[in-house]
Amino acid sequence: MSRRVGAAAPNVVGALAGWLWLAVIIVPIYYIVVTSLRPQADYFAENTLSWPSHPTLDAYAEVLANDFLRYLTNSVVVTAVSVAVVLAVSLMAAYVVVRSRRRGAARLFQVFLLGIAIPIQATIVPVYYLIVQLGLYDTLWALILPSTAFAVPLSVLILTTFLRDVPRELFESMRVDGAGEWRTLWSLALPLTRPAVVTVGVYDALQVWNGFLFPLVLTQSADTRVLPLSLWEFQGEFSLNVPAVLAAVVLSVLPVLAAYVVGRRQLVSGLTAGFGR
Amino acid sequence: MTVASGRAAGPSLWMAAPALGLFGLFAAVPLLGVLVLSFMRWDGLGDPVWAGADNWGRTLTDPVTLNAMRLTVVVTVVSWLFQAPVSLLLGVFMAGRQRYRAVLSVLYFLPLLFSAAAVAIAFRALLDPNFGLGAALGAPLLAQDWIGSPDLALWVVLFVVGWCFVPFHSLLYQSGVRQIPASLYEAALLDGAGRVQQFFHITVPQLRYTIVTSSTLMIVGSLTYFDLIFVLTGGGPANATRILPLDMYLAGFRSYDMGRASVVAVILVVVGLGVSLALNRLSGANRMESRTEGA
Repeated sequence: MSRRVGAAAPNVVGALAGWLWLAVIIVPIYYIVVTSLRPQADYFAENTLSWPSHPTLDAYAEVLANDFLRYLTNSVVVTAVSVAVVLAVSLMAAYVVVRSRRRGAARLFQVFLLGIAIPIQATIVPVYYLIVQLGLYDTLWALILPSTAFAVPLSVLILTTFLRDVPRELFESMRVDGAGEWRTLWSLALPLTRPAVVTVGVYDALQVWNGFLFPLVLTQSADTRVLPLSLWEFQGEFSLNVPAVLAAVVLSVLPVLAAYVVGRRQLVSGLTAGFGR
Repeated sequence: MTVASGRAAGPSLWMAAPALGLFGLFAAVPLLGVLVLSFMRWDGLGDPVWAGADNWGRTLTDPVTLNAMRLTVVVTVVSWLFQAPVSLLLGVFMAGRQRYRAVLSVLYFLPLLFSAAAVAIAFRALLDPNFGLGAALGAPLLAQDWIGSPDLALWVVLFVVGWCFVPFHSLLYQSGVRQIPASLYEAALLDGAGRVQQFFHITVPQLRYTIVTSSTLMIVGSLTYFDLIFVLTGGGPANATRILPLDMYLAGFRSYDMGRASVVAVILVVVGLGVSLALNRLSGANRMESRTEGA
């Protein structure tokens, strides 16, 4: 039999559902884009879904004039520092879980396994107390530290799974050559698990970048405001200027979209990391 | 202990200390803290004072919290009933190798790039009764006061939540379907099984682990929907969309009643952990562990 499964009669129902869902996805996104290009005056006059008769970038200019770049910078700093810290400490922990035969190494793994089941939101009151007590309230550290802590368990689990696939002989030969643990970690474990490190990094970056609850509760001033929170503030400020609010939405998505275009594969595997298979 | 045996034991546990320390201080300690705070009175500014079981009695008889529990159950069940079949069907569709399906899969992914705040803001504008979708299409049926009406707001929330999360779950199903051996379908074809029979007798049973994983994430996820609903409706109108995570935030950071907020938080943790463990047991084995044993 050389007949392939795909050669059967076309799946009409599946295709219909597929195109219908495409409409569900695309209409809101199209709406966001066209509205952000519409002059504010026309928003109340023209058909919402029509192409703007006088397309303009005024809304974008207005958003950029309202400190958008500062919020962007805050988001970049918080995301970059958090991801760098998570990757460093998680790779070290995963290395211990896989390579150590000391007592407690297996227990360590179970602690992190339990950690992925904690709903973040539920700990927000004590986290707030802790951050206030540490004198970190309304600083970028107030966002970086808890975001890092909550990304650690899943990151350790995924890195552990990958590190286990590294042949034991490679570690042994490093040891015979007299390499210490740090050198083995840096010049063997890191290069061999690089795809996993990228995947975990992308996943964590997206979580931190889009995070809303920590910024909402743990920061207050415009100096520490990150993008998702700034969108919410814009919405309150420009309640009648819908094009400007949606222009801010577009601007906040652009960096992620750029990442998606460049590294779609890593992003997709990053998002399904640990859950797929 | 000699140096040699010390080295044979592998890296020192100290290498794991930074990860453990961060996780302990900002995740594990707060988890215990929330239990302690549920027995204390605190307005968020001064020092917490011991209050005994007072918060628990108050919260568990508070009609707002009881309503929030009911809404949480409704949201969990209905969003599963909506998202699970749609994700499964889309995942099967996306797993096809046709060129146009690959293109559609790229587009399906787009909602995952938006933050929940961005999605909520966009839908608020889109569902505006005067200037939104209904007005654009000239369809009075679509021009309702979706977010302002207590009867409709919950359905809007369920739809928008689906819009955000279906892409993720269909990705899980897509990769699950692609791992089903083609020989199973070839054998079914020889036996004369139609497409529908193949779907129910091969695809669905083969996907059982994916179904359990995806359902666990959906159900536990329902307990944590916060940002999307907070920006979309703020829990209103008239508490019509105030599910437990919103009840916790509003009690704690709007009414400055951290004790009550902590009680709700403890409930969320217990239910979340319980559901995870139960579904995990149901699936037969802890997949994360079984995979590591094979290595």
